[in-house]
Amino acid sequence: MLTESEAWKLLDTVPDPEVPAVSVVELGIIRELRCRDDGITVVVTPTYSGCPATEVIGLAIRDTLAAAGAGRVELETRLDPPWTSDWIGEAAREKLRAYGIVPPTGRAAVGGAQPIRFVKQALSCPRCGSRDTERLSEFGSTACKATYRCKSCLEPFEYFKPI
Amino acid sequence: MVADMTQATPPSLEHVEYVLRLGDNALILGQRLSEWCGRAPVLEEDLALANMALDLIGQSRLLLTHAGRLEGKGRDEDQMAFLRVERDYRNLTMVEVPNEDFGRTTVRNFLFSAFQVLLWEKLVASSDSELAAIAAKSLKEARYHLNHSAEWVIRLGDGTEVSHARTQAALDYLWPYSAELFAANPTDDAVSAAAIGPAWGELEAAWEAMVLPVLSEATLVVPARTPFKTFGKFGRHSEHMGHLLATMQYMQRTYPGATW
Repeated sequence: MLTESEAWKLLDTVPDPEVPAVSVVELGIIRELRCRDDGITVVVTPTYSGCPATEVIGLAIRDTLAAAGAGRVELETRLDPPWTSDWIGEAAREKLRAYGIVPPTGRAAVGGAQPIRFVKQALSCPRCGSRDTERLSEFGSTACKATYRCKSCLEPFEYFKPI
Repeated sequence: MVADMTQATPPSLEHVEYVLRLGDNALILGQRLSEWCGRAPVLEEDLALANMALDLIGQSRLLLTHAGRLEGKGRDEDQMAFLRVERDYRNLTMVEVPNEDFGRTTVRNFLFSAFQVLLWEKLVASSDSELAAIAAKSLKEARYHLNHSAEWVIRLGDGTEVSHARTQAALDYLWPYSAELFAANPTDDAVSAAAIGPAWGELEAAWEAMVLPVLSEATLVVPARTPFKTFGKFGRHSEHMGHLLATMQYMQRTYPGATW
């Protein structure tokens, strides 16, 4: 059987399949580990309701822990409190940036009872550092990312949205 | 998958019906938006529509799973999604009408996501704790859908002559369906009495305060209310629903219980 801290270390080697620069632990989706006599229970929260990576992540968690002799691995989904990009740690944010994805900053989308204006947010290009960038779309290759373009180096890049 | 529901009294039929409505709205609009995959006017919007469809289908999985547990007849999310007949679906008629063009799809996303944002904000405080957790999660996603669609409504409405005309036609078509958002039957009364969901009166004014300024900024004219009524949330659907279900249910009807 594994100890809780051994299990945390192992899970920190499981990458997010959509954003392999960070682990599932760094992403903040592992909420709790409970060691039992015959195995371990992993409490996971989804990033987005429809994230297609959720099931792949579950399989990777099972495989990694089972291969290390964790016994029976049980997964439990916890929705409350909902996942927030604030749970991505500082080190992981730098890993995202180095990978070419601008880490989340500022506030999540807010929908109040007032006219919604075009939101302008100046992000620094992860490649050349220029702040002369523009948003192409609020959505990208996955639900968690928006698509931007750098007007200096002309390269596209992704932004991990705050949520 | 989620924490056990420990309730002193069994959930009421109205409670099940209410959660089904929420689940079916998300499922059917998710199905409609997924029809855009590979066909949107530009790549960025293709990705955006597919992402919003995914969010909605993810929400519907949580909601239909919850509805199945409340119902207590052993039906899981797949049986709820794929093996019911048309009259058992409880989605708003607005979400089942065809996509038509990017204008109508965008206006519908805007009118519907404004409603969703306001509703999820209320449901975060629902007496049904599982529903409250789903609401808190869905709210974050719905806010992105609202921002995205509101920006496009303004861009299209206040755009070229052609984009304005198409967006106005979309609003003219969809506006009468919006009356159904706030229509009530005994289900709604029971649900608001049990503090499971809000009374519609609270939401209608807030919804108008949210959508009208954006429509005005988009230079669109809001049509007058007419006696036109639709009843999808009570199980009486438009002629479009059967076609949608035929496409959506095909695989499970042909190979019942198939998994992969």
